[in-house]
Amino acid sequence: MYMNRIFRLSKIVFLAVILLGINSHRLLAQDHEEGGHDDHTEAHHGEAGAHEDGEHVAEFDPANTAFHHISDQNVYSLGFADIPLPCFFYSKSDGWNVFMSSKFGIGHHGNGHYAVDGYVLVESIARRINDESFPKGKIELGEHPYVFEYVTVDGKEKEKVSLSYEGKLYPLENKSTLDGGLMGGGLTSFYDFSPTKNVVSLLLMVLLLFFVFRKIARRYNEDAYRAPKGIQSFMEPIFIFIQDEVAKPFLGHRWQKFLPFLMCLFFLILALNLYGQIPFFGNANVTGNLTFTMALALVTFFVVNLNGKKDYWMHVLWMPGVPVFVKPILTVVEILGLFIKPLTLMLRLAANLTAGHMIIVIFVSLLFIFNDAGQNMIGSVPGLALSVPLTMFMMALELLVALVQAFVFTILTASYIGAAIEEHH
Amino acid sequence: MTGSIAAIGAAIAVIGAGIGIGWIGGKAMESIARQPEAVNDIRSNMILMAALVEGAALIAILLSFFA
Repeated sequence: MYMNRIFRLSKIVFLAVILLGINSHRLLAQDHEEGGHDDHTEAHHGEAGAHEDGEHVAEFDPANTAFHHISDQNVYSLGFADIPLPCFFYSKSDGWNVFMSSKFGIGHHGNGHYAVDGYVLVESIARRINDESFPKGKIELGEHPYVFEYVTVDGKEKEKVSLSYEGKLYPLENKSTLDGGLMGGGLTSFYDFSPTKNVVSLLLMVLLLFFVFRKIARRYNEDAYRAPKGIQSFMEPIFIFIQDEVAKPFLGHRWQKFLPFLMCLFFLILALNLYGQIPFFGNANVTGNLTFTMALALVTFFVVNLNGKKDYWMHVLWMPGVPVFVKPILTVVEILGLFIKPLTLMLRLAANLTAGHMIIVIFVSLLFIFNDAGQNMIGSVPGLALSVPLTMFMMALELLVALVQAFVFTILTASYIGAAIEEHH
Repeated sequence: MTGSIAAIGAAIAVIGAGIGIGWIGGKAMESIARQPEAVNDIRSNMILMAALVEGAALIAILLSFFA
């Protein structure tokens, strides 16, 4: 029994080692093909980071690799293949631009070989050339056209990407984000409405959940007391667990009204968490994306506050049972609490998942740190010996985190709703 | 070395949350040992409390990003 398990585990380890080995060889081959180019500003930046340009050997930057890995992209990259996604761009001067991202000619590291109507693809993310003098249409770019530099703006180091085309440097602009510059975004010259990697993953998981639950529901409709079968027997205990451990204790006698909402939250978050963990399958970081978790938290915020009873609002606005001079202070605290609750929901999920993705990438990066980005093959032995067990440990831990975070989001939502709908007794 | 003070702040927040969550987990283990039949109630309350403590640390870390 145990021998059998150990044998199975050793097979998985072997497979992981082989896969890493193959990848490292592939990267090495690419580096030699690219040897001899002269643009080393770009070299620190790639996913593999390994470029050889004559005498100068660029260093591998694991932090940048990790940040690139968790970012949303206009290409669905599987590692060995790039699946193009549709692009919908809007800019004030040009209006709408709609095309597939394959038109960029996706190359190494997700850098595009072409500029299309003033848009370029840099590390799988579309950017715009905000310069009227740049020619429209499909323009072929030279070898290694993207220039990365770090500039200091208001005491903060910021990355600046430019395009060098026919001896001239064009600054590239990121898409607009609605964070008001808090997270380093802000309004730029174009908006990106494309179904990006995250959107595609979200839609895939929604479709999967829809078909799985429709199949299960049909079986319950036929005969609710028949023994569960197939995927149904997998889902039923999870469903019952959430119903009995989350919905019933926190929501009292009105649990049935909010059960569908809680189940939607739990299964959507769980499915997306687990989908992001599948190796070599895009690793979309949807639940680690602040925008996505903000949408979930906003839904929770509205469900909680629109269902709030008189007692709930009284506790928020004029706390009963405390001296009068404390009441205004508590009102301020409670009103702040109204917004802090969804804020922490949003941050907890995103931070946990993002941290997990980044740690796994950094552990895999150990291999490239030890073998000098493919230059030193003897260094890969301790690199592999370190990175494979650590990565596997983190992935096992991340499966746990995926479950716990989905559960925590659901249980906290249930407790907030429970506090809001509680009647005075 | 910009931003290093903010990093220290984040680290202090994480220490506080770590002590808190450790305390919650230890107390939950104790209570489960005392009353094994209440394990389900204790577990969900433990996770809820740990999540609330974690929230404070997350806000601190976020503030350290913006600082």
